[in-house]
Amino acid sequence: MSQQHDVYFVPAKSYWPFVAAVVMFIFMFGAGHWLNAEPGGAGFGKTVLTLGVLGVLGMFFGWFRSVINESLAGDYNPQVDTSFRMGMMWFIFSEVMFFGAFFSALFYIRMFSVPWLGGEGHGVLTHQFLWSDYAAAWGANGGNGPAHVGGAFETVPAWGLPLLNTLILLSSSVTVTIAHHALRAGHRGRILVFLGLTVLLGALFLNFQAHEYIEAYHELNLTLGSGVYGSTFFLLTGFHGLHVTLGTIMLSVIWFRVLKGHFSKEHHFGFEAVAWYWHFVDVVWLGLFMFVYIL
Amino acid sequence: MSYAATHDQHDDHHGAPKSFFQRWFMSTNHKDIGTLYLIFALTMFFIGGSFAMTIRAELFKPGLQLVQPYFFNQLTTMHGLIMIFGAIMPAFVGLGNWMIPMMVGAPDMALPRMNNLSFWILPFAFILMLSTLFLPGGGPAGGWTMYPPLSLQSNSLAYVVFAIHLMGISSIMGAINIIATILNMRAPGMDLLKMPVFVWSWLITAFLLIAVMPVLAGAVTMLLTDKYFDTSFFNPGGGGDPVLYQHVFWFFGHPEVYIMILPAFGIISEIVPTFARKPIFGYKAMVFALACIAFLSFTVWAHHMFAVGLPLGADLFFMYATMLIAVPTGVKVFNWVATMWGGSMTFETPMLFAIAFIILFTIGGFSGLMLALVPADFQYQDTYFVVAHFHYVLVTGALFAIIGAAYFWLPKWSGHMYSEFWGKVHFWNSVVWVNVLFFPQHFLGLAGMPRRIPDYNVAFANFNMISSIGGFLFGASQLIFLGVVIHCVFFSKKQAADRAWEGAKGLEWTVPSPAPHHTFSVPPVIHDEELAHGDVHA
Repeated sequence: MSQQHDVYFVPAKSYWPFVAAVVMFIFMFGAGHWLNAEPGGAGFGKTVLTLGVLGVLGMFFGWFRSVINESLAGDYNPQVDTSFRMGMMWFIFSEVMFFGAFFSALFYIRMFSVPWLGGEGHGVLTHQFLWSDYAAAWGANGGNGPAHVGGAFETVPAWGLPLLNTLILLSSSVTVTIAHHALRAGHRGRILVFLGLTVLLGALFLNFQAHEYIEAYHELNLTLGSGVYGSTFFLLTGFHGLHVTLGTIMLSVIWFRVLKGHFSKEHHFGFEAVAWYWHFVDVVWLGLFMFVYIL
Repeated sequence: MSYAATHDQHDDHHGAPKSFFQRWFMSTNHKDIGTLYLIFALTMFFIGGSFAMTIRAELFKPGLQLVQPYFFNQLTTMHGLIMIFGAIMPAFVGLGNWMIPMMVGAPDMALPRMNNLSFWILPFAFILMLSTLFLPGGGPAGGWTMYPPLSLQSNSLAYVVFAIHLMGISSIMGAINIIATILNMRAPGMDLLKMPVFVWSWLITAFLLIAVMPVLAGAVTMLLTDKYFDTSFFNPGGGGDPVLYQHVFWFFGHPEVYIMILPAFGIISEIVPTFARKPIFGYKAMVFALACIAFLSFTVWAHHMFAVGLPLGADLFFMYATMLIAVPTGVKVFNWVATMWGGSMTFETPMLFAIAFIILFTIGGFSGLMLALVPADFQYQDTYFVVAHFHYVLVTGALFAIIGAAYFWLPKWSGHMYSEFWGKVHFWNSVVWVNVLFFPQHFLGLAGMPRRIPDYNVAFANFNMISSIGGFLFGASQLIFLGVVIHCVFFSKKQAADRAWEGAKGLEWTVPSPAPHHTFSVPPVIHDEELAHGDVHA
């Protein structure tokens, strides 16, 4: 279809959306079955779950391939470009709200639920009748609640690996911005170097976080089961880590697309969308570093 | 007469693909996807309705008659989840899909393939959710709000949580699509303040959806990890708090209430001016009232939790904030009435449903104000008064608006007029029996009958019997609606004009009836006198 500004663009029919709905269903059905399997029982949930995950990955590959081909064929006019941009911005906004739910849970627990369990406030009967010896505290000495769920644990010190990870992510934001400027100036070699660096920094971050988790589980006895401290710690950092993983994969794909010469100085929405996503992940980390590790 | 249509070379009936699979499973057409949404919503409405009929049959008289209490709890839970996520919301998305591109002069939605994905996720999500009824241990039975720790006892939790994740993904993508369509695909000259109120209502609703569906995803994810991964979010022993769930849930839940009513406001704002043959009174005030209601919806969530034991300051704040919402809502009701004032009114079926909406929704609004009063709410909490309140706003509110919209736009969709006689039969049956069904529940609630119970004190017997009779007849009346729709689409001989209603304004009435497979492939030229609100700047 030609790029006439006075004609709207409507994409051709595609089977990918229906395929996507099917594989997402297989994924979720498998996950549900796996969670409900008897311990040690021979459930088929794991197999279905694996098939679902592979299906989702394959679907992404296929769907994006067709979109990239259409983009390279020059099918998309500036109006479509704006729609894509709006789509990505609002998607990131929805992600902000998702993390917002977990941050709010953290604030509620630290500001209300733990102090109330420790006897603060009026008419707080839980403290009086159930756990009158519980002194409200966060971190290693009380962050797992009055019943000491999960047993004694230690917290991950903020100024070790987490600080290093902060510096890594901040640097990666700088490198991805340099790559973006290089793209607009048309220096392909510089893009590849700095975008490659961003991918490596993302991978390094994930590597350190994996180390941190292993240390937390094996040496600090800090687990998902360590009361609300463990719950908030692992869900917040875990969901963030998942997003870093996705971001790193997306950056790698963009790296290969740069290598194949998919982007021009003016036409590189794919690159920008991933860069926005990467900055978003970075900002979430700053919140985590502040409220999960330091305070 | 249609400037847009004459310019469009694709504008014919041959645009639709011949292959059934290609047309309905691979669609990028907003009209076909809108139709799928509407059929899906109607199907879920009858499934959820059959649950409601079973509930009313069980409550016909005191004592246990038909179902076991545990199954009864599954019925109430599933009825809520299906009607909210399966019937009302998809029906509004279907209406938005069909009408928004035509109302703003766009060829389609901004992201048509994602649109198809948004729809196709839904049937699978509901298969996942409904399948739990057949599992050992049954479906979710802790109420649609899924409060812990009760909801954590059911093995169906994982499936329900994943089904809700899927529905959330679908809603968020649908909302992103609608925002991008409205902000990016309007025809030149269709200024924001010339858009129909229905389009405005959906723009604001879409924003609410993107803001709160992820929060629901977060809340149910915490339920999931509490049950299956040893976390302690809602376990006081581990430092958590079950009330935390209620806060996160209702931060989603209250805007969700407006997600289910703002598009209804938009629909009423289209129907009333058409049949009063006057422009809507106070167009800008209507738009700002919508925005106000949406903004306030984020500040009132704890009015669902007054009885849970909040600090006094919180109770007071949420009480006053809630009552504040009556102001923009009052503006809207006033403006609808003022639109009718002095108009040359006719009372076709859509208008009848719109007028019933205005009166009955206002009753639901007033009982809402009663519930907003903290001291009074301590009495009403979890009684049938609450049930009566939210059924007045959701059945005679949201559902009546959807049915009114279906009658209003069926001529445009199908190219035929429906049977006005049977439409009126449907209306009068619905409006009479819905009041017989729900009005006595106010009295039951004030007398102290709790909700979500299969058996009750004999003192409540008479009103329950009346309510059940109303319920059966209201349910049966909806079969008339099904008949009217099927007759209109497949058998009606009466052709609809392009402008199916004499007083109808707006771009959607400038294209032929039935609307061709592709409309506005070339941006239409906007003539202000064709719009309902073209002279808003004057």
